[in-house]
Amino acid sequence: MNLMAIKVIYLNEMMRFWNTLFQSVASPVISTALYFVVFGSAIGSRIENIDGISYGLFIVPGLTMLSVLTQSISNASFGIFFPKFTGTIYELLSAPVSFYETLIGYVGAAATKSLILATIILLTANLFVDLNIAHPIWMLSFLVLTCVAFSLFGFIIGLWADNFEKLQIIPLLIITPLVFLGGSFYSISMLPPVWQKVTLFNPVLYLVSGFRWSFFEISDVGVGVSLLMVLLFLSICIAIIAWMFNTGYKLKQ
Amino acid sequence: MQTIISIKNLSKVYDSGFNALKSINLDINTGEILGLLGPNGAGKTTLISTICGIVSPTSGEVTVDGFDIIKDFRKTRSIIGLVPQELTLGSFDTVWGTVRFSRGLFGAKRDDAYLEELLKDLSLFDKKDSEIRMLSGGMKRRVLIAKALSHNPKILFLDEPTAGVDVELRKDLWKIVNVLKSKGVTIILTTHYIEEAEELADRIGVISNGELLLVEKKAHLMETLGKKQLIVELKESLSKVPSSLDKHNIEISEDGMHISYTYIVKDEETDMSEVLQEITNSGLHIKDLKIVQSSLEDIFVDLVKEK
Repeated sequence: MNLMAIKVIYLNEMMRFWNTLFQSVASPVISTALYFVVFGSAIGSRIENIDGISYGLFIVPGLTMLSVLTQSISNASFGIFFPKFTGTIYELLSAPVSFYETLIGYVGAAATKSLILATIILLTANLFVDLNIAHPIWMLSFLVLTCVAFSLFGFIIGLWADNFEKLQIIPLLIITPLVFLGGSFYSISMLPPVWQKVTLFNPVLYLVSGFRWSFFEISDVGVGVSLLMVLLFLSICIAIIAWMFNTGYKLKQ
Repeated sequence: MQTIISIKNLSKVYDSGFNALKSINLDINTGEILGLLGPNGAGKTTLISTICGIVSPTSGEVTVDGFDIIKDFRKTRSIIGLVPQELTLGSFDTVWGTVRFSRGLFGAKRDDAYLEELLKDLSLFDKKDSEIRMLSGGMKRRVLIAKALSHNPKILFLDEPTAGVDVELRKDLWKIVNVLKSKGVTIILTTHYIEEAEELADRIGVISNGELLLVEKKAHLMETLGKKQLIVELKESLSKVPSSLDKHNIEISEDGMHISYTYIVKDEETDMSEVLQEITNSGLHIKDLKIVQSSLEDIFVDLVKEK
């Protein structure tokens, strides 16, 4: 195994994060603060507690997931798309590096960035609400699995996309609506029964629900089901990437 | 001489149906400089991209240092360096950062002393902390060479290294190539510039339409396929070549002051003393003689035209 290659890919990607540290950190901090001001204080103060949890506190896991999902996809997709766009991918393809080593380097870095952002968001949230985590290990497990799974998904988008429009289209038109409609800002028990059933087809529901359970021990679906769904999504992403690598899809001619 | 790259029946058909390589067979020797000549779209870049692992072959077999490029890709790629045709570099990376990245990517342990030496050899050391976007085109070309050499490869592919480069830098790059050759690096050079191949290469391969038309030692190629022209300056103007010289296919210049006789060096039927004798016997008075040798470019153009 070419560990040195994994290390340099990982560090190179992380360097990009550090080089744009201000915008990487400022953006999630500002948007989290705005969500708390608008939903937590202005609107949230007029919303009843949900399962005994204040609305400001209730939205913390969903808000974190919103950023984690979008950032994981964005970081990983851009990480592999950019060398394709500039042509520097030639070096990666001609190096003694397996596709899996490439994957570990890029996805590892994207997931790390998302973890750092999640930590920043949780720290920011703690300034607005009194945050207690009931099951820290579960919380961390859900967070890491989600970061990795959606970084893998982002990597798939980055491989598939051959222009900037394609790079943006899935996060914008599919992921963001799924996150907003996946119970990030409400409990699905607040929906009419038909829409509750429809929401069960939204994979993001399981991520948010499991993650929320680790904080408050309340969930829309069982925590075991949530975990299974995250693992299933992770496995599907790995299977798709394995197929892409084995066929050289959009990478090799 | 030991073979370091062996290519057998290598073919590449792209998804579009374009047949870029047609059953190429080629052995490249350790320590030599092989110049690959060919017009645009001939298959030069596809050939080197296939050996380097960027393009998947449709059929055929390539071994590098005895290892298969697909099954043993780690072993083959770790001894190859590639300088691509395009200036493909991360604009915001520093020279030092990008060269160190390349070394790590090829699995080589950190060796700052080697990289410093490399940058000095390429006159890049004083630019080591500069961002790539601040460099001139020539400097960027040097950075690409530094990246390709960062892991100390035994084989270096130079894909059109001097395309769009000024004369001074071209000569500089030629010096670098000669230094690498003296260190035992095997170099495969694709180029449009015949002058470049003529200057640098030990052997010349000519590719056209995905076919390898020939591979010959440069000197041998010049000798066997090269034409020479005997130009005779006359004391008096001539309106027509005397009929006694018809069998030698002698041409006359527009002003009638020169006649020229073109011959193939290795052609056994060529007898220069006989030709000169017959020119004298025909009553022509010779003022001066000059022999001009055809360039590699003339040979290349003739070969491609024939095909």
